[in-house]
Amino acid sequence: MNILFYLFAVLAVLGASSVLYMRNPVYCTLSLVGAFFSLGVIYVLLNSEFIATVQVLVYAGAIMVLFLFVIMLLNVETEKRFPFRWRPPQVIGAVLAGVIFVQLVGLFANPRSQTGPLADYPADRLAREGTVETIGQLLFTDYVLPFEVISVLLLVAIIGAVVLAKRRVKNEGTEGQ
Amino acid sequence: MTFQLTQIDFQTILPSMIMFGMGMVVLLLETLRRSGSTTPLAVVSLLSLAAAGYASAVQLGWGGQGFSGSVIADDFSLAFNLVFVTATALVILISIPYLEKSGLKYGEYYALLLFATGGMMVMGSSLDLLMIFVGLEILSISSYILCGMLRADVRSNESAMKYFLLGAFATGFLLYGMVMIYGATGTIHLRKIGAALAQPEMYSNPYIWFGMGLLIVGFGFKLALAPFHMWTPDVYEGAPTAVTAFLSVGPKAAGFAALIRVMIEGLGRMHNEWDMVFWVLAALTMTLGNVVAIQQNNIKRMLAYSSIAHAGYILAALVVATEEGLGAILFYSLVYVFMNIGVFAILILAATPKNERLTFDDYKGFGYVSPLLGLAMFVFMLSMMGIPLTGGFVGKFQIFKAVVDQGYIWLAIVGVLNSVVSVYYYLRIVVVMYMQPQDSKSINEKPAFSLPLAVAITASLAGVVFLGILPAGWMEFSSHSVSVLVASF
Amino acid sequence: MIPIDHIMILSAILFAIGVAGVIIRRNAIIVFLSIELMLNAVNLGFIGFATHMHSMVGVLFVFFVLVVAAAEAVVGLAIMLEIFRNKETLNLDEINLLKW
Repeated sequence: MNILFYLFAVLAVLGASSVLYMRNPVYCTLSLVGAFFSLGVIYVLLNSEFIATVQVLVYAGAIMVLFLFVIMLLNVETEKRFPFRWRPPQVIGAVLAGVIFVQLVGLFANPRSQTGPLADYPADRLAREGTVETIGQLLFTDYVLPFEVISVLLLVAIIGAVVLAKRRVKNEGTEGQ
Repeated sequence: MTFQLTQIDFQTILPSMIMFGMGMVVLLLETLRRSGSTTPLAVVSLLSLAAAGYASAVQLGWGGQGFSGSVIADDFSLAFNLVFVTATALVILISIPYLEKSGLKYGEYYALLLFATGGMMVMGSSLDLLMIFVGLEILSISSYILCGMLRADVRSNESAMKYFLLGAFATGFLLYGMVMIYGATGTIHLRKIGAALAQPEMYSNPYIWFGMGLLIVGFGFKLALAPFHMWTPDVYEGAPTAVTAFLSVGPKAAGFAALIRVMIEGLGRMHNEWDMVFWVLAALTMTLGNVVAIQQNNIKRMLAYSSIAHAGYILAALVVATEEGLGAILFYSLVYVFMNIGVFAILILAATPKNERLTFDDYKGFGYVSPLLGLAMFVFMLSMMGIPLTGGFVGKFQIFKAVVDQGYIWLAIVGVLNSVVSVYYYLRIVVVMYMQPQDSKSINEKPAFSLPLAVAITASLAGVVFLGILPAGWMEFSSHSVSVLVASF
Repeated sequence: MIPIDHIMILSAILFAIGVAGVIIRRNAIIVFLSIELMLNAVNLGFIGFATHMHSMVGVLFVFFVLVVAAAEAVVGLAIMLEIFRNKETLNLDEINLLKW
């Protein structure tokens, strides 16, 4: 069990670090797909099969493919013309990220960092009742309001995609110019 | 497997449901619109805002919780609902002529404004981090789209892009803060977090500290507090002017409502720890906003920095976290809605389709070209400065009084000094309007009359003057509405 | 049982890489990919804590973060499509009509 976690943790970090150095956005996206897939495996190890499935289907499958579509549609090549250089924002960024990282690791490794009290969904209960069933039940009872309200968010996103990205109509005020 | 469905208490979130529902109705009506103006949709939106305002007003004093305690319709959220409704209604009024002038013929604009308002209401009324997050995202994503609506205008695209990238970045910090709080307490319900903090060993738990810090960074980005403000001027300058008016009042008020909920109801027991953080942020925010605003030549950009400065004043009131201070936040939010949208209404009225008329030079001699508008602008500027007999004065006075009463003398001194600095750039526009002669480039004909703008300017003017001369009603109401919060920590 | 601090350190590494990517990279799409990575670090944090505390709240929260990430991706990519049509670039240093 544990050895699988460390294996996929290393894979996830390797995949993720591509956003730092890879020039080509397509390689970046593909290696992030790998990272997200490794995270999906880790979710399985953490008894969250449902989220693992959704992670692979939605994140690695849908969102990243959307990125790929857009990258290929736009044919982005600008990074070649603008080679990476260490300028002040880059230095600040690296330092800031380093500080955040050291702080967070210090935090998690700190023995005084205690997690909250145990709740009533231990692994054996989830195994008995099923993760999907439990999540479904909670979504339709205690969390029914966010579940309903998030649909508005999806509607807003659809409107946004249509309004912002649809083909321009000629003779439509300033739009046609 | 059987289970009991939760009771669906829709009346606890009635105002936001009205907003969401009517937003969808506006979308449907948009499909029926063949051609012609979008004004009927604006009228429908105004009516639905009135309905939501009425629904909030009749629920005052109720305080019912719903959906297993994740939302509450207490006087705090209802009072903020009234502020949101006022802000959005004024924004819709100024949008009608703006959309005509800029050739934006999308009815979706009004639907998005209504959805965003619904999101703000959800933020104000939620008692758990998940609902705050969902409401915040509905508001943010609608705002990104609104910023980018002028599709042919590169500046609008750019504004949407910057707002989107920084907004999503901020969401990451906010969520990581929520992770930490959840890890430390095992719950995302604000009042349960508050109860968990009653145990003394929580204070030595680093998770809570990091969670608090990351939440403050996340909210700092969303509320444009210094040093997380760098996106604000660009986004406000590039966005369509009516949207800028909305961004500078609506999301700010909603962000403060959510921040107050989290800080008072959730982390209220740690007040002695977070007050110094906000002290520093408030002093930085108002100083930076005011000092940089002096150097601006574009009025929209100047107003962006001015909105940063005003967020600093409001934050100063959060530092004290007494009934008086929080009441002052609510009071000042409403005053700020009136005075800020009033200025934007005048800018939109003076704009022409070819020239947006946004530099100081455009307003040379404006006070003689259009005496009434000049006078209105003068009053709004006085209120922004905080001169007596305007709402701005009463609001600032209340804030600084609350700050001094709790012994934060230096913060009050910084605040007053900043108000003095701000006189310079607010007065500059008055000087330009009245003391500099017109030239060929400035506005030299009286702007055409427009009914919605006339209504918006009159209403804002009335609000500013009324809250300045007879502030007692809204003042008592605001400190009463925050008392439901303070009582719970 | 995987120790909670190891899970959280993995999450911290991913979060820090995401933050670094946002600030260092100049291509808008890669910046956005880094933000997605930050959201994944958040998800891992929620799941780690949820498993450790035998709680379902974190798992549900992840569900909502996923929906929001999808919605943000749709809107964000639409905005980028629009800006690319007008400016033919996604380099943040070139998107500078407004003073950044």
